Order: sequence, then structure tokens, then C-alpha cells
Amino acid sequence: MQFKRKDLLGLEYLTAEEINLILETAGSFKEVLDRKVKKVPALRGVTVANVFYEPSTRTRMSFELAEKRLSADVINFSKATSSVAKGETLRDTVENIQAMKVDIVVMRHGSSGAHRFMSEFLDASIVNAGDGQHEHPTQALLDMLTLRQRWGTFTGKKVTIIGDIMHSRVARSNIWGLTKLGAQVTLCGPPTMMPVDIEKLGEGGVSVEYDLRKAVAEADAINILRIQLERQDARLLPSSREYFEVFGVGPEALRAAPEHCLVMHPGPMNRGVEISQEIADGDRAVILEQVTNGVAARMAVLFLIAGGKIEEDDIQ
Amino acid sequence: MISWKDKKEFWIAGARIADPAAKKIRSGCLLVRKGAIAEIAWQKEVDTDLPVLDAAGMLLAPGFVDVHAHLREPGHEEKETVATGTAAAAAGGYTAVCCMANTDPVVDDPSVVEYIRCRAAEADNCRVYPIAALTKGLGGEVISEYRLLRDAGAVALSDDGRWVENSRTMRTALEYAGMFDLPVVSHCEDHRLTANAQMHEGFQSTRLGLKGWPAAAEEIAVDRDVRLAELTGSRLHLAHLSTAGSVKILKAAKRAGVRVTAEVTPHHLTMDDSMLETYDRNLKVNPPLRGGTDIAALRAALRDGTIDCIATDHAPHTEIDKQVEFNYAPPGMIGLQTAFALLHTELVLTGELELVDLVRLLTLGPAETLGLPGGRLQAGDPADLVLIDTDEEWVFEKEAILSLSRNTPLVGRRFTGRVQGIFLEGNWRSVILDG
Ligand SMILES: [Zn+2]
Repeated sequence: MQFKRKDLLGLEYLTAEEINLILETAGSFKEVLDRKVKKVPALRGVTVANVFYEPSTRTRMSFELAEKRLSADVINFSKATSSVAKGETLRDTVENIQAMKVDIVVMRHGSSGAHRFMSEFLDASIVNAGDGQHEHPTQALLDMLTLRQRWGTFTGKKVTIIGDIMHSRVARSNIWGLTKLGAQVTLCGPPTMMPVDIEKLGEGGVSVEYDLRKAVAEADAINILRIQLERQDARLLPSSREYFEVFGVGPEALRAAPEHCLVMHPGPMNRGVEISQEIADGDRAVILEQVTNGVAARMAVLFLIAGGKIEEDDIQ
Repeated sequence: MISWKDKKEFWIAGARIADPAAKKIRSGCLLVRKGAIAEIAWQKEVDTDLPVLDAAGMLLAPGFVDVHAHLREPGHEEKETVATGTAAAAAGGYTAVCCMANTDPVVDDPSVVEYIRCRAAEADNCRVYPIAALTKGLGGEVISEYRLLRDAGAVALSDDGRWVENSRTMRTALEYAGMFDLPVVSHCEDHRLTANAQMHEGFQSTRLGLKGWPAAAEEIAVDRDVRLAELTGSRLHLAHLSTAGSVKILKAAKRAGVRVTAEVTPHHLTMDDSMLETYDRNLKVNPPLRGGTDIAALRAALRDGTIDCIATDHAPHTEIDKQVEFNYAPPGMIGLQTAFALLHTELVLTGELELVDLVRLLTLGPAETLGLPGGRLQAGDPADLVLIDTDEEWVFEKEAILSLSRNTPLVGRRFTGRVQGIFLEGNWRSVILDG
């Protein structure tokens, strides 16, 4: 099977086969990362621009590493949207990128749908590194890669996502990705952060449970989202200590979950707010594996997106 | 063919004539004399020595009246001018348009009303009735000079775009406007519930990751305004109603005898929030496109008379305004040129609405709502008429847009039914049949 898409805008738009192809490809790139020489010539001659309108250390570094491991030429561009005139820069960026003959644009933007907007004007491929409260497909892919390595299959598996679902692009991408591959997703968080009709998102595989202990009772994995109190446009929570009391995952909450339940977090963590110290560092946490898998998943995405422009045996 | 064109007296013969007051469409001939309707003969042909316009196969109706458009002048001439907006209106079959007060400067001074009327007279495309600001500077606190504004030509009062949050100010405005029997037009939106909102709150906003605009934000505002209209006994007109809940409140209020009327836009009747999946900024409007239940309720309210008229909320924005990320794009779409064709294609030809009812909702309905002349076929009234070919199939091309702005999702759409032109005081204007 070949990956035929020009852009990766989100997991909603991909089929289960396409997601599986990315995960398989990521699996083989993971082996590359274990080698002594962690570099393949797959993207030699391909120029990738990392365009970040929102601050992000982790995702940007992970992409940059993935690009360099694939031997791509890399340029970086970051700008906080708040410091520039609305919308103005995105059109400028489009024109500049077009003029610089960039092949792939990896973009993060604070506006939902910004990538869709870009793709209307741009010949280059676009990889979504996060758009507003919409999608963060590569984060979900690395989460899924981590689970796939442990489980082999998603069929019948149960994943609970805990936190601010409303503002979370990680949650949306995970919901689409996981349900397409046959997993069931339970969402848990304060009702003020639970968007309307979210159960309808995953074609029957999604449910909402406000009681944390019930939400984790049958979970094969829990994915704990970062709570960003400073980012809410209205006060949706009384305090972080109250949040920890109700939705924070500590030893007691985890006792309600099965023995084998894995703990994930997209990072960066607020220890003591959404996750306790002992859980973050505990033996059920696969948080650092997620970070390693992030590079492999992004390598796979870039490699497949560039497909057709490069020779198959470049990976060898 | 156009021998009747410059004549002071001529017949329009052979058309089907839609008479919204009689709720009938019949074959007839209409005599225009010195710019006025002189006579209607309910027969297929006339025996006459006067010039005759053969309108066989056409539908003749009173010219359309729009109670809600943004012509942007003064202040935003890069988006639209009175001349371009009224040209689009005439091409859409409108002989009269009410323009909203959120210009720059705001229409809160008689000189601005006069300025707009002056520009309209120069353009001479159709009649323009300015709506003046309900409060000074649209600030929501101090009522404007209703008597002076009315004397300058304002026909109604509105802070459209902003809901008057202060209930006491709204009460004062209604009470004071009542003295002059000026309708108060309210844009119903509890702004605190819609801060940063981008689209209708529902499954689609969840799916697209865009902040939702809940139906309750409109209904809370409708409910309060209806209660204040009841308290004051003044005339309240609800702009661009968009939810099933609003319809319910309106219905109950009308039954209770409150002096309230309401409009709905063509886009709220024909487009839903699922269309936003492309993040097309031209589909971003305020209030937002709603879901199927709301659309069904709005359509039912058109049929049973709960909603009085259809208004375009024609809201031009330049391509640059809209060529930004969805959340930075200003809300609004243009609609004067396509209102009839869209509604005829989507509601009349599908059997959801009778043609005569659509005509009524575009003519008599709006005219009565704001107490304007026109909308009727009455001997002695100015011959403001529209001629329509209800069978013509056509595609709405970008190049054919007469508005200065092109922010419409309807470019490339195929319609059935096309306005051929209007008579304004008996003078024929058309963008299609150029005489
Ligand atoms: Zn409005």
C-alpha cells in the first residue's frame, strides 16, 4: 500500500489502513533510531520548513530530529501569533514558503483550520503539528505507536482520556485514531471542559464518564492531558487543588484501574495538578517511550508524505 | 422590442402576477402610468393602442423589500458603497433596501442619514431607507435622537451587531421609540455567552474545534426583549432569528398580543453548520449557521406566519478581510443578488414553500414589518415591480457579482429562477435584458 495524500491535516481524514501504514512505517524507523548511525538518506534533497506560530519546545524538537534523521534540509520559523497583525503573517508565510520552494511545511497554529486555509494556497505538503483546538495528529500517532508496541492490536482495548477535553487537540486526534482502529475511548473531565456531543465523534466508540474511578475501572491505558489554567478564556475551574482532588491521577485513583493499565501523558506535565509525582515516575508510566516514539512517528509521516518524490530503497 | 421603455404609459401584458396581499398568483396585465400602477386587468391580454411589454411566461410581483442590509457607506467603502450595494439589490429584484447603522461614522446623527439618502439618490438603483442607531455610537447606554433621525429619513432603530445588554437602556429605548412609533430592531445575542464564538455550538463545533455560539445566547436575548416590548407596548422587530427556541418564544409572544415581528435570512434557511467542515470563511456569519432542527423550525415558522419576512443581512467584507484563519475572519456574507434564486430553488421547487408565500415574505411581509411603502399592487402606488423568469436555469458566477465584495459561498451554484430586472417608478432596470 502506498500513502497517497499530499497533506496530513488530521486523523479524522485518514482511513484505518492509512493509520496502520503510518504505524508500521514508524515501527521500522524505530529500529533506525536504535542503530549506531541514526540516519537514513530518505529525504535527501527535500526541504522541510518548521513553522511554529505557538511556542512549543517538544513537538518542534521532535520534528526537527525526525527531519534530520531522514537527511532533509531544515529551516525553522517561529513567531507568536499574538505579536503580529491578525492573519497577516499567515498569508505572508504562504508567499514566502512558495517562493523558497519548500517541499514540506510542518506547522503549528493557534487557529483551528489554519492548515486547511494554508493548503488552499500552497503547493507544498502540509503536516499538522497542532491547529487550535482541532487536531494534533502526530501526537495521537505516537500515542498509538506506544500502545501498539505493547498490545499488538487495538481491537477491544479501552483507553481513557482525562482532562480538558474541550480545548484539547490531542484528545480529538486520539479519539479519531483509536476508534478507527477498533479501540474504545472513555473521556473524563469537568463538564465545563467537556464539549457538547463529543460521544458522536468516534462512531459509537466514545463515552463520557465524570467519575474518575469509574472512568479508569476497565482502562487498558489512561492518557492524562495537561491542564492549562492560564489558557482558559473563562474560569472553568475553581482551582488547581480542587482539580487534583476530583480529576488528578494519584496512587489512589490508579488503584481503581486494572493492574496492567498504562499511564500516558503528552507532556509537559504539571506534577501535582493532573498527575502526581509517584505516578509520573512510576512503573506503569510510558511517558518517555512516548517521547522516543514521537521521533519515529514523525519520521514515518514525513517519509510517507514525501512518497513519490523519493526512491523506496532510500530507507535502507 | 423595447418600444415601451421610455414611455410614460405602457402595459405589461401576459405575465403571471403575484399579488401578496390577495395571496394569489393570476394571469394579468398591469398598466403603468407616470411611474405609478394605474390599473390591473386580470386577463391574459389587453386590447390597447398603448405600448405593450410582452411578459408572457414571466412572473410579475411587487419589488422586493429588504429590511436588513449593510451597505457599509460611510466608512467602509472598500467593502461596499451605497451605489454598489443597491446595484446588487436591483439585480436581485429589490426595489427598496434598509441599511444598518453600524457605519463609520455611525448613523446616530441626522447628517449621516441625509448623507446615505443623498448617495442613494445619486446611484438611483433602488430606494434606500436608513436605519438609525438605537443608542449613540452603538454604545448601548445613551439613546440617540429618534425624532431628529426620523425627520431626516430613518425608518427604524437598531444597534445591529450588538445587543443592548443593559435592560434599563433597552426599556428606555423602546419607551421613547414608541412615542414616534418607530420599530426597534434587535440583534439578539447575549455577548457574554458568545465571547470568541466561531460557529453554532453543537456536534460540529466539537468536531471542528471551534468555539461554540449556543442557541441559548439568542433565546435569552429574545426572551428579554419580548418582555420589554410587552412592558412598554412598543414595536420590536427581531433581526435574523436562527433557532427553534427563538421561534417558540416569538410564537407565544405573538399569541399574547405583544407587538413583535421577526425576520429570517436566506442562509439560515438553507445552510447548516455541517458545511463549515471546510472552514470556509464565507460561511462564518452571525448568528451562526445552525443545525437541522433549527432550520426545520425556521421553515415551519415561515409557513405558519410566525416569522414575518425574509431579510438578507447582506454583509459585505473584502477578500482580504476573509482571507485569514477562520477565527480572525469577520462574520457575514452578501446575499442581495441571490436571495430569490436561492430560496426559489431550495424552498419553492422542493415544495416546502408556496411561490406566493415566498413573494409575500420578500415584499408585503417586510414592508408591513417596518411600516414601509411598497410590497403591494395597488393602483396609485409607485410602479416598483420585479420581473422574474421562474424557469430560467443559471449559474451564479463570480464575475456577475455587482457588490464590491464577493464573500458568498454561492459562487458556482446552479439556480432555477432568475430575476430579469426591476421597474423603479415604472423605469426598467436590468442587468440581464439590456434594452
Ligand atoms: Zn445582526
